[in-house]
Amino acid sequence: MSTVVESHDHGHHGPAKGLSRWLFTTNHKDIGTLYLWFSFIMLFIGGSMAMVIRAELFQPGLQIVQPEFFNQMTTNHGLIMVFGVIMPAFVGLANWMLPMQIGAPDMALPRLNNLSFWLLPMAFGILISTLFMPEGGPNFGWTFYAPLSTTYAPSTVNFFIFSVHVMGVSSILGSINIITTIFNMRAPGMTLMKMPLFVWSWLITAYLLIAVMPVLAGVVTMMLMDINFGTSFFNAAGGGDPVLFQHVFWFFGHPEVYIMILPAFGIVSHIIETFSRKPIFGYSSMVYAMASIAILSFVVWAHHMFTVGMPLAGELFFMYSTMLIAIPTGVKVFNWVATMFRGSITFETPMLFSIAFVALFTIGGFSGIMLAIVPADFQYHDTYFVVAHFHYVLVPGALFGIIAGAYYWLPKWTGNMYDETLGKLHFWLTFISVNVTFFPMHFVGLAGMPRRYPDYALQFADFNALISVGAFMFGLTQLLFLFIVIKCIKSGKQAKPEVWEGAGELGLEWTLTSPPPYHSFSIQPQVK
Amino acid sequence: MAYFKKVLTKFIFVIPFLFSSIAFSESSDYNMKVGVTEVSESIFELHMLIFWICVGIGVIVFSIMFWSLWKYRKSKGAVAADFDDNLGLEIGWTVAATLVLIWMAVPATQVMVEAYDDAEGEINILITGHQWKWHYEYLEDEVGYFSNLSTSQEEINGDVPKGEFYLREVDEPLVIPTNTRIRFLITGNDVIHSWWVPDFAVKQDAIPGFINTAWTNVPEPGIFRGACTELCGIKHAFMPVVVRAVEREEFDAFIAQKVTLAEAERLLTSKNWTKEELMERGEAFYATNCAACHQAGGQGIPPVFPALQGSQVAMNDSARHIEILMEGVQGSAMAAFGESYSEIDIASVITYTRQAWDNDTNGDGVIVTPQDIVAYKNRIDL
Ligand code: HEM
Ligand SMILES: [Cu+2]
Repeated sequence: MSTVVESHDHGHHGPAKGLSRWLFTTNHKDIGTLYLWFSFIMLFIGGSMAMVIRAELFQPGLQIVQPEFFNQMTTNHGLIMVFGVIMPAFVGLANWMLPMQIGAPDMALPRLNNLSFWLLPMAFGILISTLFMPEGGPNFGWTFYAPLSTTYAPSTVNFFIFSVHVMGVSSILGSINIITTIFNMRAPGMTLMKMPLFVWSWLITAYLLIAVMPVLAGVVTMMLMDINFGTSFFNAAGGGDPVLFQHVFWFFGHPEVYIMILPAFGIVSHIIETFSRKPIFGYSSMVYAMASIAILSFVVWAHHMFTVGMPLAGELFFMYSTMLIAIPTGVKVFNWVATMFRGSITFETPMLFSIAFVALFTIGGFSGIMLAIVPADFQYHDTYFVVAHFHYVLVPGALFGIIAGAYYWLPKWTGNMYDETLGKLHFWLTFISVNVTFFPMHFVGLAGMPRRYPDYALQFADFNALISVGAFMFGLTQLLFLFIVIKCIKSGKQAKPEVWEGAGELGLEWTLTSPPPYHSFSIQPQVK
Repeated sequence: MAYFKKVLTKFIFVIPFLFSSIAFSESSDYNMKVGVTEVSESIFELHMLIFWICVGIGVIVFSIMFWSLWKYRKSKGAVAADFDDNLGLEIGWTVAATLVLIWMAVPATQVMVEAYDDAEGEINILITGHQWKWHYEYLEDEVGYFSNLSTSQEEINGDVPKGEFYLREVDEPLVIPTNTRIRFLITGNDVIHSWWVPDFAVKQDAIPGFINTAWTNVPEPGIFRGACTELCGIKHAFMPVVVRAVEREEFDAFIAQKVTLAEAERLLTSKNWTKEELMERGEAFYATNCAACHQAGGQGIPPVFPALQGSQVAMNDSARHIEILMEGVQGSAMAAFGESYSEIDIASVITYTRQAWDNDTNGDGVIVTPQDIVAYKNRIDL
């Protein structure tokens, strides 16, 4: 085995020069970098859309944009954040870290890897271009319920459908690559139950993706047929069923929300054990918890549809199954706390983000349980309470996980330490503004403000102004993050191979130099 | 800037309260409405129970976490212990979590069974969501009407001060009697809408091709305001729900008056209408039902909403004009108005748009009468 690998190891096989390095690269680190920068750029594009939304909602009345454009902003903000920021960032982290964590030279299918990245700019180029077409872009919400997204949609919906297909292909190819890599390229001695938790989280996520992306492709294809070829899947006038759309969409959609959090679970587990200087508590229960979350996520989808008029038995079934997910989720939180307990804790930036992750994600979990209670959901559904819930799990949840991971591994990637003072500043500004933005949303939601409203009644005015202030602060703060990342790439204290005190014990990636060689492990390490 | 400052100073004082449970006490602007029906009160209590259980768990988990972070910080010389599991503990907290969930599920199930009931009502009302207004029909008395937002465009644009019930007021609210079991049959005409009245804890999607049911029984008179909660297009935020609950006698009088009006309307259809009468009525109808998309000046918002001023159909093709109003335009936001409005309304708005904005001088200026619409309908029936 090792002789085969060794034949590669002659040094004259570095990156190509110029643009072709990035266009034709099959290197897992280069592709990881591309994914991460893509997602970073999308964060600012999707973020600017959020700023438009918050500017309009700063005061009651219509001031800055008209409802038509407002709806395009909410729709594209959601689509870009979900498919263009969170998912690509996780894939970027997977590309960088999986080979290094399992002791492999690269991903198993490098050309496929190149393709799955380059499909993404295409998909989002198409999606964003619709905003400049005369009829405007998608305006039916990121959940694109039919028939608003079919019979009543602008004709640019066809571009939207195509772009979703392309994103889907990209995700499926990426997942195939990840599963193949994990199953075939692990270092000798690394049994499944010795894999780092980030690897485990991605293995499970990749299976979820392969299971549900085709469902998403199916639902948009049915839309395409309804719009252009006279079928009536979702058109009641032709004997179709608008509720069918929601069942199919959420059968994809709920596993999708776990796709957006499982890799963050993995990242945060590594960071907490590193900075607590103590191995993760309950490794195997962490793995089983992720697996059960993934399996359960296929039987809870209709909790997004409690008001569509399901029979009593259906409402109760989906309430109970949703509540069940709280058990493995709770177990994970308890395990993280138990890892900190009796550790020796320091508070570098990645740890700060991870602690905030545990605390604020848990708050999102609490509102999740409240939403699972069907009769109460009649009052919460489609109000800002739901908006608060999913932003708590996605921003201080998924996004904090990604940011924490970026700080944690940046010195490994670049060979330079990032500026710790600026990192801490970034953390505190982000932490404060995230809460100023999303916490009051619980209250406006309970007080009765529906979501996706460009204008609202006067009693919601004060909270909305506060939320907008928080949102602008959050948006600006992320420019600081951009600065810190660039600064770290350009300069900084030289990073040691293990980077963090004691990390050398924790994973194979810390045994490589910082920055690591172009082909991570040319000789497979032996895992005890 | 002054506004900004005002809001900011206000919040300096509010913030500590936000994060305390005071914000969650009853009769607060920050919490779920208790509402006025038995069901809404049960739901409120359920919500508070679940909320407090979550607060309890939160307090326990977060105190252990922050205490650990404090106690075991390295700067104080903490040395890491070396354990990484504890089977008893892990089984213990899994069981504890399960028990807490059962504690939540039992009352949740009870309230759900209480709220879920699709037996007939004493009064049955068909609620239909349209882009972008509600239609209410009293099934026993066969009368119905539309309920439109009554907040003016000037208020929305900020040209005049906003009224107390900004975006929460309609021209004709739904009227229901108190102490009566009312069943709502809810459906959608075009896209999915959702009919929500927080005070009744009724939120039910209005879906084309489906009839959903909900019910309420309101003990006391009052005005209750709600909203459309499913994204339904451009004017999603501009189709509020207002319900007026009145004593039984007042309700009966209201229905009687509606029945008389409907009779009168039927008689009027056969009367000979003058151009001026049609124009006057058409202009009013246009303002409430058409101007949202086609704009008050008939210029539309192309390409989504075509202009009527100078339109070939509105100038020279009255037959197609009638057809569009009656059948709608497939694949666009133009609804089939003929299904929901009287012949008089349809005829007058057609006549109006054929005369307004110089369409009469540039086109044929044909006048369409209610009889023409009746004739169209009969032709279809053949
Ligand atoms: C304890 C775990 C969780 C529970 C019990 C839970 C429950 C729910 C429920 C019942 C809803 C529907 C609310 C409504 O529309 O009325 C919902 C919405 C949502 N949840 Fe969760 N959730 C949990 C965790 C998560 C996580 C981890 C994520 C993602 C990282 C997430 C993302 C979302 C999103 C995006 C929506 C809104 C979708 C939309 O309508 O646009 N949730 N959740
Ligand atoms: Cu879900």
